[in-house]
Amino acid sequence: MSKIEKILKEKILVLDGAMGTMIQQYNFSEEDYRGERFKDFPVSVKGNNDLLSLTQPEAIKEIHRKYLVAGADIIETNTFSATSIAMADYQMEDLAYEMNLESAKLARQVADEFTKAEPDKPRFVAGSMGPTNKTASMSPKVNDPGFRAITFEELKTAYKVQVEGLVDGGADLLLVETVFDTLNAKAALFAIEEVKEEKKVHIPIMVSGTITDASGRTLSGQTAEAFLISVEHIPLLTVGLNCALGAKQLTPYLQVLSDKANFGISAHPNAGLPNAFGEYDETPEIMAAQIKEYLDKNIINIVGGCCGTTPAHIKAIAEVVKDYQPRKFN
Amino acid sequence: MEQKYLKLSGLEPLIITPESNFINVGERTNVAGSRKFLRLINEEKFDEALDIARNQVEGGAQIIDINMDDGLIDGKKAMVNFLNLIAAEPDIVRVPIMIDSSKWEIIEAGLQVVQGKCVVNSISLKEGEEAFIHHATMIKRYGAAVIVMAFDEQGQADSYNRRIEIVERSYDILVNKVNFPPEDIIFDLNIFPVATGMEEHKNNAVDFIEATKWVKKNYPNVNVSGGVSNVSFSFRGNNAVREAMHSVFLYHAIKAGMNIGIVNPNMLEVYDEIPKDLLEYVEDVILNRREDATERLLEFADTVKGTKKEKQLDLSWRELPLQDRITHALVKGLDGFIVEDMEEARQSVAEPVEVIEGHLMTGMNVVGDLFGSGKMFLPQVVKSARVMKKAVAYLTPFIEEEKKAPKSPKENTKIETQTLASSEGGKILLATVKGDVHDIGKNIVGVVLSCNNYEILDLGVMVPPEKIIEAAKKEKVDVIGLSGLITPSLDEMVHLAKEMELQNFKVPLLIGGATTSKAHTAVKIDPEYQNAVVHVHDASKAVTVVGDLLQKDTSEAFKEQLKSDYKKVRKGFYSRTEKKEYMSLTEARENKLKIDWKTTKIPVPKLMGVKVIEKVDLKKVIDYIDWGPFFRVWELKGRYPDILKDKVAGEEASRLFTDAKKMLNRLIKKDLLKAKAVFGIFPANSTEDDIEVYDPKDRNKKINKVVTLRQQVKKTNEKPNLALSDYIAPKESGVNDYIGCFAVTSGFGTEELVREFEADHDDYKSIMIRAIADRLAEALAEFLHQEVRMKFWGYSTEEHLSNEDLIKEKYTGIRPAPGYPASPDHTEKKTIWKLLEVEKNIGIALTENMAMWPAASVSGYYFASQESKYFGVGKIKRDQLEDFAKRKNISVEEAEKWLSPNLA
Repeated sequence: MSKIEKILKEKILVLDGAMGTMIQQYNFSEEDYRGERFKDFPVSVKGNNDLLSLTQPEAIKEIHRKYLVAGADIIETNTFSATSIAMADYQMEDLAYEMNLESAKLARQVADEFTKAEPDKPRFVAGSMGPTNKTASMSPKVNDPGFRAITFEELKTAYKVQVEGLVDGGADLLLVETVFDTLNAKAALFAIEEVKEEKKVHIPIMVSGTITDASGRTLSGQTAEAFLISVEHIPLLTVGLNCALGAKQLTPYLQVLSDKANFGISAHPNAGLPNAFGEYDETPEIMAAQIKEYLDKNIINIVGGCCGTTPAHIKAIAEVVKDYQPRKFN
Repeated sequence: MEQKYLKLSGLEPLIITPESNFINVGERTNVAGSRKFLRLINEEKFDEALDIARNQVEGGAQIIDINMDDGLIDGKKAMVNFLNLIAAEPDIVRVPIMIDSSKWEIIEAGLQVVQGKCVVNSISLKEGEEAFIHHATMIKRYGAAVIVMAFDEQGQADSYNRRIEIVERSYDILVNKVNFPPEDIIFDLNIFPVATGMEEHKNNAVDFIEATKWVKKNYPNVNVSGGVSNVSFSFRGNNAVREAMHSVFLYHAIKAGMNIGIVNPNMLEVYDEIPKDLLEYVEDVILNRREDATERLLEFADTVKGTKKEKQLDLSWRELPLQDRITHALVKGLDGFIVEDMEEARQSVAEPVEVIEGHLMTGMNVVGDLFGSGKMFLPQVVKSARVMKKAVAYLTPFIEEEKKAPKSPKENTKIETQTLASSEGGKILLATVKGDVHDIGKNIVGVVLSCNNYEILDLGVMVPPEKIIEAAKKEKVDVIGLSGLITPSLDEMVHLAKEMELQNFKVPLLIGGATTSKAHTAVKIDPEYQNAVVHVHDASKAVTVVGDLLQKDTSEAFKEQLKSDYKKVRKGFYSRTEKKEYMSLTEARENKLKIDWKTTKIPVPKLMGVKVIEKVDLKKVIDYIDWGPFFRVWELKGRYPDILKDKVAGEEASRLFTDAKKMLNRLIKKDLLKAKAVFGIFPANSTEDDIEVYDPKDRNKKINKVVTLRQQVKKTNEKPNLALSDYIAPKESGVNDYIGCFAVTSGFGTEELVREFEADHDDYKSIMIRAIADRLAEALAEFLHQEVRMKFWGYSTEEHLSNEDLIKEKYTGIRPAPGYPASPDHTEKKTIWKLLEVEKNIGIALTENMAMWPAASVSGYYFASQESKYFGVGKIKRDQLEDFAKRKNISVEEAEKWLSPNLA
């Protein structure tokens, strides 16, 4: 059993908040994104946040530090889109391994600084694995429902590169998150199993799905429980939900997972639902109050934030969490 | 052990707990089980295929099984495509999917496109542990549950002990080696039929139920499934009994722990509603409670509606409404009441023709559907046709009457008196080509097609091409079907295809008969005709092929597909044949079979010259019948005698066999068939590839020669390049050798009987008599050969062989026939005819293409050499063709015509 698996039985762990929201505050220009290394790169790379691990490593480290100061036990690597599939938009498919490796190293370095300073509160690095920008069980063409823009094999191959980078860079665990199509997640899990077998390593896995709206289903149509059944063949550290909804709206679905799953439960909701301008404006206090409800219901083991959340939100969450016992699980 | 449940998911969860009682798997989306689904997939009518899946879910299926295992479709592609389409249908894919295939690559492809937790159907230890472990490991990683068949390297478990043995071993490997969760394992413990009449089947249901109990007791978390309808297989056609059997079986199996299965919900009676007496009989059978349980249920079943046993006992169907009675009579092939029913039907309509178009067609459509879905067998369909013909024959005079005095506006109603069906389906011309007399297969095709609403124009045998063309034009047929058995018929077909092209025909051309093949059709016939050419392998295929050709919305696509398909076959054929290497005739001759004639003892025949047997006692011949080909004629596939006990076709095969024996007895008792034989033994020696035949009284007088052909393909393993002449001592050796030849027939009398049966509209019997005559001719040839070996030539006086050994040719010496692989030249029959004066002595004639008439005839040579065995000449080169022409004293062109199938 790894260290985090032990600690998770003892206390509720706090995950960090949004990376994108923090990066926005730097107002990086195209040149900043490119850095010295990609100054002649043929296409625009502004907005390729994962690239910043290579071109603006100090900024990324600073963001990690802010979340750790706020009280996060787990920080996520800056690799949400670092697969050859998602990087195709920037013609940077070949950089996938390096991005994952370097991002994991950055997070590792900062986490280790904090653990050293405060040994009673060890900090962990979760390798972030997003869903990519393609779906394996849905057709992007309205008139051709049998069409697929990506196959399981292609996803698995791309995820495998990501996992190798993250593991080689020193991630403590892997977080397959924002699962809107369960088949994509299954390909990621398949890739992880292959890497585990090949490298003979043990690495805990978190899986976090996304319920898109009040229908209570993923984008690919599954209910929370069907989603759980579809991924629980892999021994997971936690299963949970993130993104799309605020903490309040997630509660009933988290309840389902908590009732049915034999794993830990995680949640990293958005800072509320987006307002008319597409911004998330739930304050740290309101969000923390919602999360208190999870705690009262005893349905949570790991909690953090997704879109719109900041170190202030995480600080508020960490404050509430510390008085509660974790949900018990096998 | 902690109780865990099997959890599956589509868009919604399915958790199988003890409270779920029984999970029903929908099985209509299975190309192997549903011809309709197969057709829809083949025609890419995916909307309708999706409807089948949707109907099942709406009908209560909790899991849907999808199977694309069919030889003619790309299973992997079809599986992926269909699963992708299903994924876009929330009302279907809300339930979990069962990915069903015997091919791992299809299973894996399926697992890669389904987001929910599926069931794999299935894996087993059949191919050993290594594959089993690999597949289980992968299935676990893909996150699916698995059906494990009780099957191992030795075969399928069919007893209690074997089931336990395999389950124990499979469980141990899965749980302890692969770490597979026990609750994700579903054991299929093989449900087999009971009440088959066979002792070893009596305990089948009990064994399953007991094994289920054992499994659930020892491995409480695993699941047990099975295909329920198997259990009642022997009561096909009696749904009342079948439904009761299913319910009783399920009742006990579920109590024992079976929790998943494939059951047609429409074929399930509510346990509590089964009549008490029926329940008792069925339970006796399922639970094997009494010795005579099967007999008692059989007897009782006759009193339950829809029975098929002993019709004279059960006339309850006579109480049904008129249409149901007519349909029943057609489906069951009962002609006893058809005239009565026709009269009643005729009086109920305005014009008699409406009975054909209405009542009879409705019934025949049922027959067509049942046959199409494999629920009726060919002999039954032929019996249906007999009833149909009788019905039409009764109505015809009334229709004629109506025509003469037209009083209704429907004046141009026309009905072919010679044919069964109205031509609404299309008109099909059938003919056995010029020079050929074989027509059993063609007749069967005609019957089957006429049962499916097609009008058949049968031109008979030995039909010259100009007559086919003329009739096709005059009658405006929609399809032309050609049949032939002997090899020269292949050329006739090519010739006809050319002629059709020349005359700008558009209709599809069907090719069938024993020597025809898809390869020959693709290589030789298809390129000659721009429109569709299809090789039809057997009669049951004919229906679908003609359907596809004539269905307006699919025919173009089907024709295109055909053309490209045959093009592919052609390409494959050429690329294969080009690889073979041949040697020159001189080289091949140098590599002939070398027999040391000095040390070889050649027995002197006891009889020399020709012997005629005017009348063979058929009783002596019966024991020599090889029944295997007889069942093949009727498209009942399987080896004789195993076919009689076959799970699927056994019942029908047994009935057919009984009918055949009955007819055989009648033939012999009443002396209806005349069997005749002639044979001769002559002094002979070989000269190169010829065999010189000498006067029986004077070895120095050459009276004829047999021209043989030599294998020319390059041999790799020092095997000789054989010709039949190798088995005869060469002239220069100075050794005296001999050759025999023979011709037999059992066909005299067949035509009279056929005419008699046809007058009675009885296709079943008319096909039967031909098939039996064929078997008798072969048996006679076998019998005569033995007589020659043991008595007349007498080289093998110590022979004690069973019929089986005879069929396997375990004796010394061979009897090759001209036109067959060892001697592909049909014209050699002329030599035999001369040597034996066949036509004069026993009356068998040769057609211009060297077919024997009557058709039930066999001729050939006798070789006595210990070295002699059957072989195929295979392809020959130009040098041998030219040499052959010279030896036969014919032109190269003519030689080419006769040997075209053998030219490399």
